[in-house]
Amino acid sequence: MAPILDINNLFKNYGATEILKDINISIEPGDFLVLVGPSGCGKSTLLNCIAGLEPISGGTLSIGGKDMTHVSPKDRDIAMVFQSYALYPTMTVAKNITFGMKVRGVDQATQDAKLKEVASLLQIEPLLNRRPSQLSGGQRQRVAMGRALVRDPKLFLFDEPLSNLDAKLRVEMRTEIKKLHQTLDASIVYVTHDQIEAMTLATKIVVLKGGVVQQIGTPAEIYNNPANLFVADFMGSPAMNLIPAQATKNGSGTEIAIARETGDTLVLKDTRDLSLPKDVILGLRPEDIAEAGFRAGAGVQEAACLVDMVEPAGADTYVVSELGGKQVTARLHAETSAQAGEMLNLAFDMSKVSYFAKETGERLN
Amino acid sequence: MTDLSMPQTQTRSQSATGKIALRWLLYILLGLFALYYLMPLFVMLTTSLKSLEEIRTGSLISLPREVSFDAWKTAWSGACTGIQCEGLRPYFWNSVLIAVPAVAISTLLGALNGYVVAQWRFKGANIIFSLMLFGCFIPFQVVLLPMARLLGMMGIAGTIPGLIFVHVIYGLGFTTLFFRNYYVTIPAELTKAARVDGAGFLRIFWSIFLPLSLPIVVVTVIWQFTQIWNDFLFGVSFSQAGTQPVTVALNNIVNSTTGVKEYNVDMAAAIIAGLPTLLVYVVAGKYFIRGLTAGSVKG
Repeated sequence: MAPILDINNLFKNYGATEILKDINISIEPGDFLVLVGPSGCGKSTLLNCIAGLEPISGGTLSIGGKDMTHVSPKDRDIAMVFQSYALYPTMTVAKNITFGMKVRGVDQATQDAKLKEVASLLQIEPLLNRRPSQLSGGQRQRVAMGRALVRDPKLFLFDEPLSNLDAKLRVEMRTEIKKLHQTLDASIVYVTHDQIEAMTLATKIVVLKGGVVQQIGTPAEIYNNPANLFVADFMGSPAMNLIPAQATKNGSGTEIAIARETGDTLVLKDTRDLSLPKDVILGLRPEDIAEAGFRAGAGVQEAACLVDMVEPAGADTYVVSELGGKQVTARLHAETSAQAGEMLNLAFDMSKVSYFAKETGERLN
Repeated sequence: MTDLSMPQTQTRSQSATGKIALRWLLYILLGLFALYYLMPLFVMLTTSLKSLEEIRTGSLISLPREVSFDAWKTAWSGACTGIQCEGLRPYFWNSVLIAVPAVAISTLLGALNGYVVAQWRFKGANIIFSLMLFGCFIPFQVVLLPMARLLGMMGIAGTIPGLIFVHVIYGLGFTTLFFRNYYVTIPAELTKAARVDGAGFLRIFWSIFLPLSLPIVVVTVIWQFTQIWNDFLFGVSFSQAGTQPVTVALNNIVNSTTGVKEYNVDMAAAIIAGLPTLLVYVVAGKYFIRGLTAGSVKG
C-alpha cells in the first residue's frame, strides 16, 4: 500500500538557523507515528510543516500519495489537535466542531449528522451548547479531538495534546486516544516529549534531537536496540544504565571489565560473537539487572555489588549501586531484602546488553 | 505574660486609629480635588442657566435665581458665528458626519492592521508596526501643509470626506496599536486551528477575532471619538464655510461677539459641544477601564 505520509529530505531553516535537517519519514495507513524528543528538538516544527502551517525550506512531502509540499493547510486533508486545544472562545462546543464544515460549505443536514456521531463517540453530547470557558481541561481536550474527528481526514496531527492535563487525566486520555486509533484505524502523527506516551501509543517512533532524526522504529526496537547513546538515555524510565567499560576478545565471546569504586574490576562475560573496540559504553536497562536467583538464562552473570540506595516504588524496588563511576539502577522485585550499605548479589543479563562507541555514541552491536 | 502582651495591644490599637485617620485624610483630600475639578463645570452650568442681567449683577458661583434655557436655545440655533446666525446646530451635525464614519473606518482598519501585525507575522512586520507607532507621535502641526497639499490633489480639500480622511489617517497609528496589543495575547494556535479547518484570512478575522474584540473595540471607539470630536486644529485648517466642525463653530461664537458678551450663550454652547464625548464616557466608561486592563483571552 502506498504510504499515507511520505517525507523526503525535508529541511527547515529560520534565516541561517537550521531547525530540521534532512528528515526522511514514511508511514503506512493506520500507523500511529510518534515524534518524540526533548524540547527544542524541532518536533513541533516538523508537525507544523506536515500541516502546511510552516513552509519548508527544502525537500518534498506527500500525503495520501499526492504531493503536498506547497499546498495550503486547508487542502491537505488533515486535522490537527493543539496543545492549548485552540478552541474558538466565542463559539459553543457544537459550533466549534462544525466550524470547519461550515467554512467548507457542507450542508446543514450532514453537519448535524456528523456532529451527532462525533459527540456520541466522545460522549460530549451534554456539552454541545456550552462555551469552551465553561469546560474543564479534559472536556476541552475531548472537544478539540471532536473537531478533528468530525473532518474524517486522511491524516490526524496531534501536537502534545495531553501535556496540559493533570497526571491522572493524562493517563485516561492516553488510553482513550489509543482506543480511538484502534476503532477508527486512523493514520496519526503525534508529537510528545513524554517517552512513556510515545512507547504506549506508537506503532512507530521517531526520536529527534537538534532537528536530526536519531532513530526510527517500533517501540520495541527503539527500547531494546537504541541506535545511539541519546536514544538509550532518552527512552525508558528509569533511564538505561550507561556504564563505561573495557572490552577484550576472549575466544568466541567478549570479556567486559568495569572499574569499581573499591579499586578492583568487575569482569562480565558476553558470550555473543561481537567485534568491539577497547573502550565502550555498556548499556543495560534496569530490568535486566535482577537479584541473584531471580533471573536465569544463558547470558546471566552474577556479581556482588555494594548497595548505595534502596528506592521502593510499590510494584518494584529500585536498587542503586556504583559501577564504572556511574550510578547504576537495578529493578528488583518488591519484596527484596536489599539494604543500603550492604553487599547484594546481582544478576546481569548480558544477552540484553547494548554497546556504544565511547567517542561517537553510536551503537556497536 | 500580661506584662508582655499589654504594650503589644496598645501599639496595635494605636496603629489602627492611625490607619483610620489616614483613610479620612485621604477621603477629604480626594473630595477636595473632585470639588476643584468640578468647579468649572458647575460655573458653566449655572452661568448657562442665568440671564445676562443676573450674570452682570450676581456672583460667579451663586446659583441662578431664575432658571432660563434661553441661552441654550440661542446657542443651539441662533448664535452668530461670524456673519451667519444659525447657532451650533449645523456644525454639530457636521461633527457627527465627520466623527461617526471616521471612528468606524479607523477602528475597522486598526482592527485589520492589528490582526495582521499580531497574527500573520510576515517579514518586516515589526518595522511596519514601529513606523505606524511612530505616527502616533508626529505633532499635528507638522503634517498640516503636506496634508493640505494632498487633500488638494485628491480634490477633497475643505469637504467633510476630506476631514474624515485626515482623521482616519491620523487615528490609524493608535487604533493599530490598541488592536495589535490585544490580538498579540491571543494564542497563535487559534489561527492555526482555523487555517487547518479551512478558514481564510478574512474568515478568521470575521468569525473568530472580531467576536473576541468587544472590550478593545470600546476602548478604541471612545479614544477615537474623543480625539476626533474634540479636534480643533484639523477642523479649522481643512474646512471651509459649511463644513466646519462644532469645535470651530464654538470658537467662532465665543470670539465673534458684537456689543455685550453673552457669557450664558458661550457656556451653553461649550457644554453642547462637549456633551457627546461626555455621553460616550458615561455609557461606555466602565468598558473603557475593563478594556485597557484586559489581559489574555482564556480559551
